[in-house]
Amino acid sequence: MSQKITRRQFMNYSLMGVGSFMAAGVILPMGRMALDPLFQEGAEGDMVTTSVTIDEITEEPMQVDFTFEQQDAWYTSEVTDFAWVFREGDEIIAFSPVCKHLGCTVTWAADDNNPERFFCPCHNGLYEKNGNNVPGTPPTGPLDQFEVGESDGYLTIGQVIPNQLV
Amino acid sequence: MFNRIYDWIDDRMDITPIWRDVADHEVPEHVNPAYHFSAFVYCFGGLTFFIVLIQILSGMFLTMYYVPDIVNAWNSVYYLQHDVAAGLIVRGMHHWGASLVVVMMFLHTLRVFFTGAYKAPRELNWVVGVLLFATILGLAFTGYLLPWDMKALFATRVGLDIAGSVPFIGDWIQTLLAGDDTIIGAQTLTRFFAIHVFFLPAALFILMAIHFIMIRRQGISGPL
Repeated sequence: MSQKITRRQFMNYSLMGVGSFMAAGVILPMGRMALDPLFQEGAEGDMVTTSVTIDEITEEPMQVDFTFEQQDAWYTSEVTDFAWVFREGDEIIAFSPVCKHLGCTVTWAADDNNPERFFCPCHNGLYEKNGNNVPGTPPTGPLDQFEVGESDGYLTIGQVIPNQLV
Repeated sequence: MFNRIYDWIDDRMDITPIWRDVADHEVPEHVNPAYHFSAFVYCFGGLTFFIVLIQILSGMFLTMYYVPDIVNAWNSVYYLQHDVAAGLIVRGMHHWGASLVVVMMFLHTLRVFFTGAYKAPRELNWVVGVLLFATILGLAFTGYLLPWDMKALFATRVGLDIAGSVPFIGDWIQTLLAGDDTIIGAQTLTRFFAIHVFFLPAALFILMAIHFIMIRRQGISGPL
């Protein structure tokens, strides 16, 4: 406590303090604005009704298109996506067609040598019918699923969830 | 810690003379408000520079959300002002700063004029200052259009008509600025955006560098 600060030191500390305060006043709002995407809350997705009835769905995976309204900051648009839908016992399964390797689109039975598998043409990725990735091919995990439901006999599709079958 | 990093760099680069040259210089008594309070008039140039810095910073961050397109420009401004945290503050800084920088620059010009600081050997710096004045006014004018609201549209219509009243070449200037003979639209917006964020700031940086180098070379003019 006995150590005294000189007038010059006091002046320097005061100026640095005031300067930092002013700089923070300028920088903080801009930093917060730039970081905003980290703090934006994701919109709650509703179930989207497709044009496919529950009765139509067989054990053979079929491509089911669905369209929903996407709010992207100031831009609202209709986005069309699709799922691979099939019946597994009593359950209805809807797989996301996004490959778990690098995000290309997988197709059921597109490879003649693997008629009972999902195939990704980009790097020859393969998945079993339950979505499990075939060892020795590029994908690092099983295909994601969509939440599914029913509305007046029609199939409805919701959020992407991790694979529940593997 | 900080001192040791500084020393390490200084040992290798010898940076001390560089920042001394920039920051360490005498302030004459007649421009120091601590001696004569009326000397605050000498602060307007520095204040102009300070606000220009804020304009550059806030502008950089606004561009993260703004899009120069007639369909989305207004919506993106609305989004960044209402839905982005602190967006209102940053846009406010840029909005009010734009007017303030013109005011400060005008007061700086008045000070230089009434203290006779433009006289020999500083005539060239006055000329560069006038070019800076025009550059800042150009930035203010082009920035006005970017939110793409009604005020922007009509202010730009007036400005373009003024440009069009230049003898002989007025029509050409007007078409070059607007990008079209008659429409104030898509091409006007992209042109004004390019001018506002690339061309004029480039000119501004070069002119400010020349302005400041000349001040350091010639020193601050003497007392009245």
